[in-house]
Amino acid sequence: MKLKIWMTMAAALALGVSASAANAADKLKACWVYVGPVGDFGYSYQHDLGRKAVEKALGDKVETAFLENVAEGPDAERAIERLAREGCKIIFTTSFGFMDPTIKVAAKYPDVKFEHATGYKKADNVSIYNARFYEGRYVMGQIAAKMSKAGVAGYIVSFPIPEVVMGINAFMLGAQSVNPDFKVKIVWVNSWYDPGKEADAAKVLFGQGADIIVQHTDSTAALQVAEEQGKLGFGQSSDMIKFAPKAQLTANTDDWDPYYIARVQAVLDGTWKSEDTWGGMKDGMVVLSPFTNMPDDVKKMAEDTVAKIKSGEFHPFTGPITKQDGTVVGEAGKPLPDGELLGMNYYIKGVDDKLPQ
Amino acid sequence: MSEQLLSIILTIITASTPLLLASMGELVAERSGVINLGVEGMMAVGAVSGFGAALLTGSPYLGVVAALVAGAALSLLFAFLTLTMVSNQVATGLALTLLGLGLAGLAGESFVGQPGVQLQKIHVPGLSDIPFLGPILFGQDLLVYAALIIAAGTSHVLFRTKAGLVIRAVGDSHQSAHALGYSVAGVRYLCVMFGGACAGLAGGYLSLAYTPQWVENMTAGRGWIALALVVFASWLPWRIVAGAYLFGTITVMGFALQAHGIGIPSQLLSALPYVVTILVLVVMSGNKALTRANTPACLGQPFVPDR
Repeated sequence: MKLKIWMTMAAALALGVSASAANAADKLKACWVYVGPVGDFGYSYQHDLGRKAVEKALGDKVETAFLENVAEGPDAERAIERLAREGCKIIFTTSFGFMDPTIKVAAKYPDVKFEHATGYKKADNVSIYNARFYEGRYVMGQIAAKMSKAGVAGYIVSFPIPEVVMGINAFMLGAQSVNPDFKVKIVWVNSWYDPGKEADAAKVLFGQGADIIVQHTDSTAALQVAEEQGKLGFGQSSDMIKFAPKAQLTANTDDWDPYYIARVQAVLDGTWKSEDTWGGMKDGMVVLSPFTNMPDDVKKMAEDTVAKIKSGEFHPFTGPITKQDGTVVGEAGKPLPDGELLGMNYYIKGVDDKLPQ
Repeated sequence: MSEQLLSIILTIITASTPLLLASMGELVAERSGVINLGVEGMMAVGAVSGFGAALLTGSPYLGVVAALVAGAALSLLFAFLTLTMVSNQVATGLALTLLGLGLAGLAGESFVGQPGVQLQKIHVPGLSDIPFLGPILFGQDLLVYAALIIAAGTSHVLFRTKAGLVIRAVGDSHQSAHALGYSVAGVRYLCVMFGGACAGLAGGYLSLAYTPQWVENMTAGRGWIALALVVFASWLPWRIVAGAYLFGTITVMGFALQAHGIGIPSQLLSALPYVVTILVLVVMSGNKALTRANTPACLGQPFVPDR
C-alpha cells in the first residue's frame, strides 16, 4: 500500500517536472540580482516592483526569477553566472558593485542579454541604465528652503560616492535658488541601511536646530522621527507617506517598471540592443510622489520646476557652478556634461561640510 | 544648549537599550558556560514577532511578550542542538544567526511597508514635566526601565544568591557541578533561554520603540556588538550597563559632532565598538589574574556526563 502511494507520488512528480520544463521552454526567462533584501522597502524593493510589473504586463510570455542579498564582489559573479546557466535570457544586475562581475559573466555568455544599473561599463550584450535622481533632489531643495523656518536642513547620508555627492549638491542648488543663505548639516552614517542609526542621526540633527530632514539612506526611520517630533522630511526610493502622514513633503521615488517592461519586450521581439539609458523625470524613471503638507504656493513652485525639468527647459546643474573651494565649473547657460555629473567628487559653495575622502 | 544636550541624552538612551538587553542575556548564557553566537538571529526573530503581534492585536505590550517568547523559542532550538545533541556551539550559533535572519525575513514579508504600533513613552504627571531631568528619568518607555531592572536582577542573582553560585559553578567547572549533583544541562538550558528571551526583547525594542517598523536586517549588526560587549565587560553585569551606554554614546556623539561640523571619519566610529573590545581583550590577556577571575572556565566546552 505504502509503496503504491510512493510510486504514484513519484509519477506525479515526474509528470509535474516535465510539464513545467515544457512550459519553461516557451517562456522567456528574465532574472534580477539585488544587493539588499526585497523587503527593504527602499532600493531593492523598488527594483522588485519592476520585476513584478514585468510579470504582470507580459503575463505568460515570461517567467522571472531573482536573487536577493547578493554581496558586491566575487560572490556576485557566481550568482550572476548561476542565473545565466539556469537559462535566464536577460539578467538585470541592480547595484554599482555588480559592474565588473556582470562584464565578466557577459563575456562567457554572449547569447544572454545583461543590464547593469548605475555603472558605466558597456559591452555588446551589456546595457547600462540609471536614473537622474538629482532632478528630484533639486525640487526637494526648493521645497525645503520654502518650508524651513530655521533655514537649516539635516541631511543623512551613507557613503561619499558621486551619486550621493551629486544629490547633496542638487539639493543645495535648489535650496539656494529660493534662499541663498540656506544651510545644511550633514551626517554620514556609513551604511545604506541601518534604521536605528538613521533614527539616531535624525534626532541629533533635529536637536541641533534643523527642522527638515533629507536622507540618502534607505529606511523610513528618519521620517518617523520627523513625524513624532512634528518636523518635516522627504521620503527616499519609496513613497513613505504611510509612515509619516503629517511629515512627508514628497518622496524621490524610483520607478523602474516602464524600463524593465520595455527591455524584456525588446528581447521578446528580437530588437534588444546594447544601450546607455540615464532616464529622469521625463522618462518616468524618477517620480516625485504627491506634494503634501505644504501651502499651495510652494506646491505650485515645485510643480512648475518639475514641468520645466520634464520639458528640458531647465537642468539643475546649469553652469556656471561655484565649487566649495571657490573655483568655477561649467559653461554659462549650459548643463554640466553627464560624465562630469557621474564622477562628481566636490561640494558646491554653501555646503558646510568636509567631504570624506 | 540644554535642549541640545537633552536630545542627545535621550537619543543615547534609546540607542543603548537594545545593546544592554541583548548582552545581558548573553552574559548569563556565557556565565553558565555556553557561548551562543546566534544573538543577531534571535534579535531578528524577536523584532519580527514583536512587530507582528503588536500589529495584529494593536497592543505594543503583547508585542513585547511575543518578542520575548520568540527569542526564547529560537534559543531552545540552540540549547537542544548544543546541549542535548552536543553539537559544536560556535558553528551552531553561527547557523542560528543565519536561520534567525532568514526566518524573520520570511515571516515578515507581509509586514514590510506597514507602519507599526509604537511602544509609547510613559508620562508621570508632575514628575515627567520637571525640566531636563523629568524626560530623562520619568519619561522613557517601559523597556528602558525593564533593561535596567534586568541588569540589577542579573547582578543580584549571579553574585548574591545560591542559584547564581550554581550557574557560575556550572560555567566554571561543569565536572564539579555535576559531581555535586547539579544538572549541568538543566541549568544551561535555562540560562540559554534567558539569553534568548533577552535577545528577543532587544529585537522587540528595535521594531516597537526604537524605529517602529519591520524591515529585513533591521538589527544591522547589533547582535554582534552585544557579543563584543560581553567580552568588553569581562562578564560583569554592571560593566555591561556601562559598556552599552558607552557604545551608545560613541555612536550618538559621533553624529552630534558631525552635525556640528567637526569631522570624525564615520568609518572609524562604526568600527570603534569592536576596536575598544579588542583593546580590552589585549589588556585582559596581559593580566592573567583578571582573566581568570571572571571568564567562565568552561566557556564553549561541551559536557557529556560519564555514565
